[in-house]
Amino acid sequence: MGTLLVAAALVGPVLAPFDPAAAVAPQLAEPMPPAAPFYLGTDDLGRDVLSRLLYGARISLLVGVIAMIVTMAIGTAIGLTAGYFGGVTDVLLMRATDVMLAFPGLLLAVALVAVLRPSVWTIFVVIGLVSWTGVARVIRSEVLSLREREYVLAARAMGGRNGRILWRHVLPNALPTIVVIAALSTSGTILLDAGLSFLGIGVPPPTPTWGRMIQEATSYYRVAPWLMLFPGVAVLFAVLSFNFIAYGLAGDGRAPGA
Amino acid sequence: MRYLIGRLLWALVVLVGTTWVTFAIAFLVPGDPARVVAGPRADAETVATIRHELALDLPVPIQYGRYLTRLARGDLGRSYATRQPVADILRRRLSATATLACAGLAIAIVIGLAGGLVTAPLAGTWVDRATLIGSLALLSAPVFWLGMLALYYVGFRWRLLPLGGGGDIRHLAMPALVLGIGTGAYYARLLHVNLVTVLGLDYIRAARARGVSRVRVVAVHALRNASLPLVTVIGLDLAALLNGVVLTETVFHWPGLGRLAFDAVLNLDVPVIMGTVLLSATLVVLSNVAVDLIYRVIDPRIRLG
Repeated sequence: MGTLLVAAALVGPVLAPFDPAAAVAPQLAEPMPPAAPFYLGTDDLGRDVLSRLLYGARISLLVGVIAMIVTMAIGTAIGLTAGYFGGVTDVLLMRATDVMLAFPGLLLAVALVAVLRPSVWTIFVVIGLVSWTGVARVIRSEVLSLREREYVLAARAMGGRNGRILWRHVLPNALPTIVVIAALSTSGTILLDAGLSFLGIGVPPPTPTWGRMIQEATSYYRVAPWLMLFPGVAVLFAVLSFNFIAYGLAGDGRAPGA
Repeated sequence: MRYLIGRLLWALVVLVGTTWVTFAIAFLVPGDPARVVAGPRADAETVATIRHELALDLPVPIQYGRYLTRLARGDLGRSYATRQPVADILRRRLSATATLACAGLAIAIVIGLAGGLVTAPLAGTWVDRATLIGSLALLSAPVFWLGMLALYYVGFRWRLLPLGGGGDIRHLAMPALVLGIGTGAYYARLLHVNLVTVLGLDYIRAARARGVSRVRVVAVHALRNASLPLVTVIGLDLAALLNGVVLTETVFHWPGLGRLAFDAVLNLDVPVIMGTVLLSATLVVLSNVAVDLIYRVIDPRIRLG
């Protein structure tokens, strides 16, 4: 299923039967229910829903993955540093994490988007800035146990520099955990991105995103439920496939990170 | 006791930290609160007067200092937009949000307990796998989309419940269910995994050997130990729940804090932003402290400190 989604994101624009931004429906004033050649119907501006979904796959998955990379970069850096060095560094970093955790993330994201002006890049950075805290916590606790292992102690006894020990010994051994959290946090970033788009502050138009397609459909949900149904299903499948990956990697059906 | 005081002091530090971050962000937003208050057609002089009235002409660090001093006296200031005291606005909105959040959390816990208790003895069967996939799917659905589906089917097609707005329990049912169902699925999963682990332990076999009924073994003996991680997660989830609240309130036009905060950010209404953030941060921090205390009740072996 995940492969299918990535495929849709890559070749979607080729498959898309119509231009996602063009009014192609014969009747423009109101949405048309699914019927050939508009297999998922058209929206209130006469645009083809299927084409918009396929183009949206590209941007929604791209935002999800890049925001995940930002999230993981910040979270891993902070978790590694706090866990490895301990002491005052640990206390300071973890208190900062507590402060961030105390914020309702969505509101923080809204405020940050307002500071940085909406654009695709802003969304990457903002989602990363909002969601690194959980990652940092999990990685810190992982590192806390790793740093007492014999090979780390040995490397330190041999006079290895901290940076090198972290990079060569601690990080590779924390990798299994990191990969699981990465998959899990991708599902989180996709949901957060959809939420931001739904609130009208995601990736700005005319780029079609799944979240905004749902938001645009709110005014028509009674007469044109297909407008909100299909993008929601798309988000659901995207998030679900990353969740499956995370649970599959964690192996035992246990919720990762819990 | 000393532990508790220490925890509360740290909580205070965290809260001051959140005010600092919020203030910094609020003033980094490109845009002039005085201009927003005055309206697009006001002349420069009016804007300047308003800026002076709201003390926005002072340097930001001084404004922050003044805010903290007033805060220490329990004064949250007045909204730039409506000139009402922030404390009053918060009080009005808090009850709506608290009702929604508590109802959502209650639904989540009921779903979690029921789901976990029912599926744990069935581990490894097809029921188990089916509920795993089902609960993952619920977790993966955007909450606002679930809300719209509920609006369409329950509210519009079947006409079972009103389509939105605040009010009695009929208005509450849909948003609370939408808010709680995903979280509930997650709790059910978590409890399931813990119960399965605990059910394999010796004291459970001992209880069975003594002739304790199956139901009692799972629901009393095992649950007590298996619920510890659940308590942690519920405590930490409050912040996540508040995120869901913003979206749920938007979908259902529920007159709560989430919408208030969102609109305040868009209108640069700094005192209201500060108030809502501070309130939700306080709730989150206090719930974390509460989690630690509840731990001790559930498992007396845990020493705090």
